[in-house]
Amino acid sequence: MAILLDDNSKVIVQGITGAEGTFHTERMLAYGTNVVGGITPGKGGQEHLGRPVFNTVQDAVEATDADTSVIFVPPPFAADAILEAAAGGIRLVVCISEGIPTSDMIMVNEYLRERGTTLIGPNCPGIISPGLSKAGIMPDFIHLQGGVGVISRSGTLTYEAVWQLTSLGIGQSTCIGIGGDPIIGTTHRDAVELFNNDPQTEAIILIGEIGGAAEEEAALWIADHVDKPVVAFIAGVTAPRGKRMGHAGAIIAGGKGTATEKMSALREAGVVVSDSPATIGRLTQEVLQ
Amino acid sequence: MKIHEYQAKEILRRFKVPVPKGFLVQGAAVAEEIYHRLGTAVVIVKAQIHAGGRGKGGGVRIARSPKEAVQMAREILGMQLVTHQTGPEGKQVNRLLIEQGVEIARELYLGVVLDRSTGRDVIMASTEGGMEIEKIASENPELIFKENIHPGLGMRPYQARRLAFKLGLSGVQFKNAVSFILALYKAYSETDASLAEINPLVVTTDGEVMALDAKMNFDDNALGRHPDIAQLRDAEEEEPTEAEAAQYGLNYIKLDGNVGCMVNGAGLAMATMDIIKLAGGEPANFLDVGGTASAETVGKGFNLILRDPNVRAILINIFGGIVRCDRVANGVIQAVKERGVTVPVIVRLDGTNASEAAEILAAADIDITVADNLEDAAGKVVAALNRE
Repeated sequence: MAILLDDNSKVIVQGITGAEGTFHTERMLAYGTNVVGGITPGKGGQEHLGRPVFNTVQDAVEATDADTSVIFVPPPFAADAILEAAAGGIRLVVCISEGIPTSDMIMVNEYLRERGTTLIGPNCPGIISPGLSKAGIMPDFIHLQGGVGVISRSGTLTYEAVWQLTSLGIGQSTCIGIGGDPIIGTTHRDAVELFNNDPQTEAIILIGEIGGAAEEEAALWIADHVDKPVVAFIAGVTAPRGKRMGHAGAIIAGGKGTATEKMSALREAGVVVSDSPATIGRLTQEVLQ
Repeated sequence: MKIHEYQAKEILRRFKVPVPKGFLVQGAAVAEEIYHRLGTAVVIVKAQIHAGGRGKGGGVRIARSPKEAVQMAREILGMQLVTHQTGPEGKQVNRLLIEQGVEIARELYLGVVLDRSTGRDVIMASTEGGMEIEKIASENPELIFKENIHPGLGMRPYQARRLAFKLGLSGVQFKNAVSFILALYKAYSETDASLAEINPLVVTTDGEVMALDAKMNFDDNALGRHPDIAQLRDAEEEEPTEAEAAQYGLNYIKLDGNVGCMVNGAGLAMATMDIIKLAGGEPANFLDVGGTASAETVGKGFNLILRDPNVRAILINIFGGIVRCDRVANGVIQAVKERGVTVPVIVRLDGTNASEAAEILAAADIDITVADNLEDAAGKVVAALNRE
């Protein structure tokens, strides 16, 4: 078993006929993801990459029983695409788009809570359950099926950690890029809880970065609920205060959200914190032994 | 995006948030005429830069005559104003806001900001006006009153009333404070601001409630739907190299260290800075070349890094997902050759087409050090620094 996404997941792609959507849908199909169709308003009835295109998510869900959607829609329209997916009955929405206004996301999260829809992202690489399915843009060949759950706010830093694991012969149950924005759907804490309840997951890797207090919130939850080993890395010990480091959410504001605070909160919760991004894999190997 | 105080006050005025009457000036002589137009015995001359702490740095002065107003404007314009937020070099003052003086009865605090842990906007009020909110939060958290804003309902009048009562206001002051709070939230919400801070919020001796200072920041992701706000950007306030990088689609932030770095992805870029520090160096910059690093972006990245005279070594760390490492390798070779790079360059390319990239780098007749993984890369940076 994996979390949220497996080989039973029926995936649709919102924005399937666009350049990004096409590129990554091809790769998802090649990986074996069960992509059952796509959405491009006005192109309903056409076929793209051998899959049916629908005008609305509702049409797609009625025709295909899709339960998962991956969104490649330009940022001004992405919030609406997430709402449409949730309203259309999609259970898991993965939003890759970067640059969605914060006020849109506040509203989106409110609606998704009402609907009970799970959102991953936005501004994220997506989710992969190695060997089963991929709903995202990550390079799949770096992954290996196994027992480590990976959660991260960053794209390439996740790939780095996953590649360290795979190079050591350690596989992953599911890897989730939760996104670098200040307001996201699934948080570190949410993902830790899912991995904690997943029998296949033996250990959890939590990768965070400066900004906000999501890592501290996860640490509190871990202290009370998690017996599985957790390894963490927090990026940005050297980041200056008050400067946004690439991600919209990566900023030390008012002296809060420093890497040092996050690392000590995690250590207090019994988490093994890697000081270096190069030792995440090795420390995971140690906690598994 | 940050804007100046005078710009924030113009926006607030539009939303009927009371602010003192004032004029923007870029020369000192006109201060005399403005003194007369404002019509108060005292006027305030305020430096307009994107940093807090202007008063302590000598950027906010009180003038009691037209002559004094001109004198102070002359002193402040063109000065390098140093505050706790500008760094030791300070920022040059090019504009002044000259405002009428107000008779202050009380100084309060009011701010609207996103609360990331609840995922909602929060409006905060405090009786401790003039102090930094972070300081109040750590020393006297019981003096901060908060109201969470429901995304569907928005700010409700009862919430404004609750805050105004907690601030100890009554009568006409209370009434004015409630309309002030509601108007401020409207201004914040309708402009997609990420911060609207009024510190101090003053109650005047005749019961008016007014924004003596105003700070507004805006969500960069929402500027597309607010062209009027996007055009308030002041290029003079931005670090020129950072602004130039943004034009190429690169994300560059200048730091004080000795090891330059070029990375794809913001998280990995921060992690690379951290590993430079762990290896005994100091990062000279943050540079995220993005998800589609090409030979061209790599070349541009080199240009930015090499402009910094403190750089003693360069670490290139690319984890190819969509990006193909062989293309990046060719870009690195071309850039090193064309620019005659003299500092040691350590290159770590992993991911898509990494083995092809390794062959290309090995065959190149340039002096670069290839690292097999992140740990190896860190070690090679240390070695390069020690060799000097």
